[in-house]
Amino acid sequence: MNLLVIEDDDETGQFIKNGLVQAGHKVDLTDNGQDGLYLATTGDFDLIVIDRMLPLVDGLTIVRTLRASDNRIPIVVLSALGEIDHRVAGLNAGADDYLVKPFAFSELEARVGALLRRVAPEGPETLLRVGDLEMNLITRKVGRNGKSIDLQPREFRLLEYLMRHAGQVLTRTMLLEHVWDYHFDPQTNVIDVHVSRLRSKIDKGFEAQLLHTVRGAGYKLASL
Amino acid sequence: MTRTTTFRLTLSYSLIFAVSLGLLAFYFYWSTIGLVLRETDEILYSETQVLSEVYRKRGIDWLAKSLSVRAKVNRKMLYQFSTLDNRPLSGNLRMWPSVSPSEEGWVEFDYMLPGTEDYVPARGRVYPLPDGVQLLVARNIEEITQIKKVFNRSLQVGLGLTMLFALVGGIFMSRRVLRRVSEFTVSTGQIVDGRLGERLTSRETGDEFDVLARHVNEMLDRLETLVGAVRHVSDNIAHDLRTPLTRLRNRIETAALGAPDLVKRELEASVADADELLRTFSSLLKIARIESGSYKPSFERIDFAPLIFDAADLYQGLAHEKGLVLMTDCDPIIFIHGDRNLLFQALSNLVDNAIKYSPEGGAVSLIGRRDGDHAEVIVTDVGNGIPENEWENVLERFSRLDQSRSLPGSGLGLSVVNAVVKAHEGQLIFEDNNPGLKAVVKFSLVR
Repeated sequence: MNLLVIEDDDETGQFIKNGLVQAGHKVDLTDNGQDGLYLATTGDFDLIVIDRMLPLVDGLTIVRTLRASDNRIPIVVLSALGEIDHRVAGLNAGADDYLVKPFAFSELEARVGALLRRVAPEGPETLLRVGDLEMNLITRKVGRNGKSIDLQPREFRLLEYLMRHAGQVLTRTMLLEHVWDYHFDPQTNVIDVHVSRLRSKIDKGFEAQLLHTVRGAGYKLASL
Repeated sequence: MTRTTTFRLTLSYSLIFAVSLGLLAFYFYWSTIGLVLRETDEILYSETQVLSEVYRKRGIDWLAKSLSVRAKVNRKMLYQFSTLDNRPLSGNLRMWPSVSPSEEGWVEFDYMLPGTEDYVPARGRVYPLPDGVQLLVARNIEEITQIKKVFNRSLQVGLGLTMLFALVGGIFMSRRVLRRVSEFTVSTGQIVDGRLGERLTSRETGDEFDVLARHVNEMLDRLETLVGAVRHVSDNIAHDLRTPLTRLRNRIETAALGAPDLVKRELEASVADADELLRTFSSLLKIARIESGSYKPSFERIDFAPLIFDAADLYQGLAHEKGLVLMTDCDPIIFIHGDRNLLFQALSNLVDNAIKYSPEGGAVSLIGRRDGDHAEVIVTDVGNGIPENEWENVLERFSRLDQSRSLPGSGLGLSVVNAVVKAHEGQLIFEDNNPGLKAVVKFSLVR
């Protein structure tokens, strides 16, 4: 995928670029808002990562300009300003995701992955399938290899989110934000318990493991 | 109302008005009507003196002649002399007044104006003469009495009108002043609530309120700059310390990818340590931001019950894994004014602590209640609790009880809870759960 990174801090920019290139993307990097806006409007990109505070043209201005011209390209805003109102301002400007600096690269990679996936036409899916695991979104039944699996409502939402983003690393923060819908910092990795319970329901007794732990990053649902 | 400054101001202004009008009226009276009356008295006095001399030296016939001559010259003057039992002897009054004179002989009475049937007022002096006669010299004071009446009426009306104007003006001014003051009160209230951008309105009239507003605004500008500087410093901490730490973490993470198993395990442990440090940093910054009022703009009316059930749902698994029972319950429809993410953070920290400090097989409860006009959250555990003398201390940053030093944690959990509760103008109260700790959080309900 073609990505554009607009980041004025040289080291951070290089770090993001290297990471995304390693993840298999083609990355253009620019260090000011003016060039960034020019590239964003003229180039053919699949996703843009924008630092919020940029020289010449402010990050949120770029987002607003793009949205004003009906450009629906996925945008991740990076910022050292982490309060809720800043986050809300970022999302209101039209950003798809907002990541507070400093961040673990795996967090950015996971969010970029999720956004790129979202662009692919999803359609009104009624059946999700990962390997031999199936989820019917209408009847809300889950089964694997013909064997029915009983899930609590929250486990269902967790699995649905994992299945919709199958093959991608999802961080604990992303799971909290999307499955529980709260932005907060848990004192302990409370999510792990939920994932391991889910794992015991969908993977126990099966040869192939579907729900993988990605060390230092998060979780991934995939059939290898 | 009667205690307000403006009421008192109105009252004292009205009084000052009235007193000064009174003084003015007195001076006016003294220098006009008073003067005429004093002159009258002097004339009466000297006339009686002169006439008594005439009587003493020339006898009663001369006196009678003098009286009739004088009465012809000045028609305003009245003369009469009589016996001591008031039987008239001679004079142009033709009668003796029925009013008895004062000790000095002054008397005021009405008499019938000759040739008419009108009674008019007169003022006179009775002077006893030798040989059983007495003399009365009087003067028609009809005009001055009329003037006095007009003066009195004018004074009454004037005083009434003045008081009325003073009161109405006072009330009007009070209203104006009160309005400015209550505008100021609203604005400053908002500023106290953390909205530092709020300013007092200035009307460009240059009055005292304008000057006050300008000064307060200047003060606020400086304060805002200072607060901004403090925030800037904390942003710098975020940037200057967290950024290199994250970079370090990311480098270690990258290095771990290709490392042999033994090294990998160590590196991954280092990443976890760095994450712990970063978490401490973000907690510290979060507390600072909450305390500076940064979250206030995102406050809204929220239903508390879903937060309780979501927190219980989130921690149910963790409790179960530790062999604990997590009980939860919540009254329906508890609305409070706040930030749902912050409140959830507080609930999560409390429940997390309760689970962390509970012995295996214990019970933890998370209850939401409606108590009068308060929403109450009660989190209990059956662990070792916190000694009563430590209840205040545990809210301090980085404070940890000796017994909990071996457990993971930054010592900021309860500080975050405390900051959140304060930001919501709530109360955090600890009680002994016998055994264990009971944490009660109270918030004001909103409709």
